[in-house]
Amino acid sequence: MQFFIDNFPLLRDAFLTTLSLSLLSGLLALVLGTLLAAMRVSPIVPLRGLATFYVETFRNTPLTVVFFFIIFGLPQIDFVVGFFTGAVLSVGLYTAAFVAEALRSGINAVGPGQAEAARALGLTFGQSLREIVLPQAFRTVVPPLGNVWIAMVKNTSIAAGFATTELAAMLPRLSNANAGELTLILLAVVVGYMFITVPSAYAIHRTERRVAILR
Amino acid sequence: MTTPVLFDIPGPRARTRIRIATIVGALVVLAIVAFVLVRLGGNGQLEGQRWAVLFDPNSNVPQRLIEALGRTLRVALVAMVVATVLGLLLAVARLSDRRWVRLPVATVIEFFRAIPLLVVIFALYFVLPGFGVRLSTYAALATGLVLYNMAVIAEIVRAGILSVDRGQRDAAFAVGMRKSQVMSLVLLPQAVRRMLPILIAQLVVLLKDSSLGFIIGYFELLRQARSLVEYFTPRYGNDYTFQLYVAAGLMYIIVNVLLSQLAKYVERRTRRNAKAAGTTEVALPADTPALTGNNSGL
Repeated sequence: MQFFIDNFPLLRDAFLTTLSLSLLSGLLALVLGTLLAAMRVSPIVPLRGLATFYVETFRNTPLTVVFFFIIFGLPQIDFVVGFFTGAVLSVGLYTAAFVAEALRSGINAVGPGQAEAARALGLTFGQSLREIVLPQAFRTVVPPLGNVWIAMVKNTSIAAGFATTELAAMLPRLSNANAGELTLILLAVVVGYMFITVPSAYAIHRTERRVAILR
Repeated sequence: MTTPVLFDIPGPRARTRIRIATIVGALVVLAIVAFVLVRLGGNGQLEGQRWAVLFDPNSNVPQRLIEALGRTLRVALVAMVVATVLGLLLAVARLSDRRWVRLPVATVIEFFRAIPLLVVIFALYFVLPGFGVRLSTYAALATGLVLYNMAVIAEIVRAGILSVDRGQRDAAFAVGMRKSQVMSLVLLPQAVRRMLPILIAQLVVLLKDSSLGFIIGYFELLRQARSLVEYFTPRYGNDYTFQLYVAAGLMYIIVNVLLSQLAKYVERRTRRNAKAAGTTEVALPADTPALTGNNSGL
């Protein structure tokens, strides 16, 4: 127990790193993902192609490979990013593809009548997307988007392999401790992740019920 | 799939606008590509001789990369088989009528789905030795992949079983089958068939996750590329670094794309073959807790 108390500041900082890493990359993923989803349903062919290419590439690339390229690959072409920034970029860019997919399925789930009515009223593509389709799409995608968020929080653990001292990194770092102490640390790490995921799951469930559209 | 309802069939003015936007869009895409190429070219990364090393057997590079690909596929394949078998068993156990079977199994499934896979692997690799069990990197990686994916697969299969129409079950009981027969002869085959595309998608995720071996030092593609770079750098400087990274990354992507294509193909076949008709339209059941968030292939 003494060991645990001695290392508590370390664990707390690690937890805060995981939390800020999650929030920052979540924000990046949400913004970029929305942009990509809009590009994928737009009438402009090159943009559609670009977005499709982006989504398909990232969906088929292991996150470790994305990390690898951003941390080790980018410096080879003279972009040097810090480890934490690199982690935010990797997780954010990777998750954006999944956000885009979730949103696109949401857009497709909005009844065609809605978009038709918007068109009939003379709204432009941008207007009908902004005012009619996306607000409804965001509602239907609360559960899949929530799933993406929680999977992403778990995925931030990969940053441990690339020199970011977040929660998962505590295990290799303190691995010299004896078995009992290390088990305690493991428990703390698991609880740390649950600290983020359990309230998120609850909030997602609440939001889902509140904004659900009954059709 | 696009949603053509989002824009009318364009009239003359809209067509001009779209044409202009298309040209601008194409220019933007071209600019991105050109920027990357110039950047690479400026660093001399595009010189043929720097890429030739990847295909030159004398450099030993192709052999090493192929071996590493073999190791990646080996750990993934072993984990796929074991995780699928265990997943099927757990799915059936979770639907058991006996509470003392159902509850522990549900706990195990939810536990492994809720914590990051890397934490499972770290626990196996760093914590277990404290209890006298020392696993190799291969064993730790394979076990971690199995534990996590069996839980996910169990949920997929369970959802599949629950989606089979009640009538199938009732009919099977009515013709006098035992509980085990109903499950193994009637419910499971239909469930697996229906869930096959999602199942394969999950196996793609497993293959992707095998790259976590890099972090604990299993010599899969990335670790191999890194070690080749560490070997080359003192001798030739950074001449081949970028090329080796690209090669390792591309190999991962190609294998994954192939497996994803297989999943798509199977999905098309199952859909056409809608004879698997005794099933009702359910995705994963609503009680799949959002806590785990992994039906998305992330």
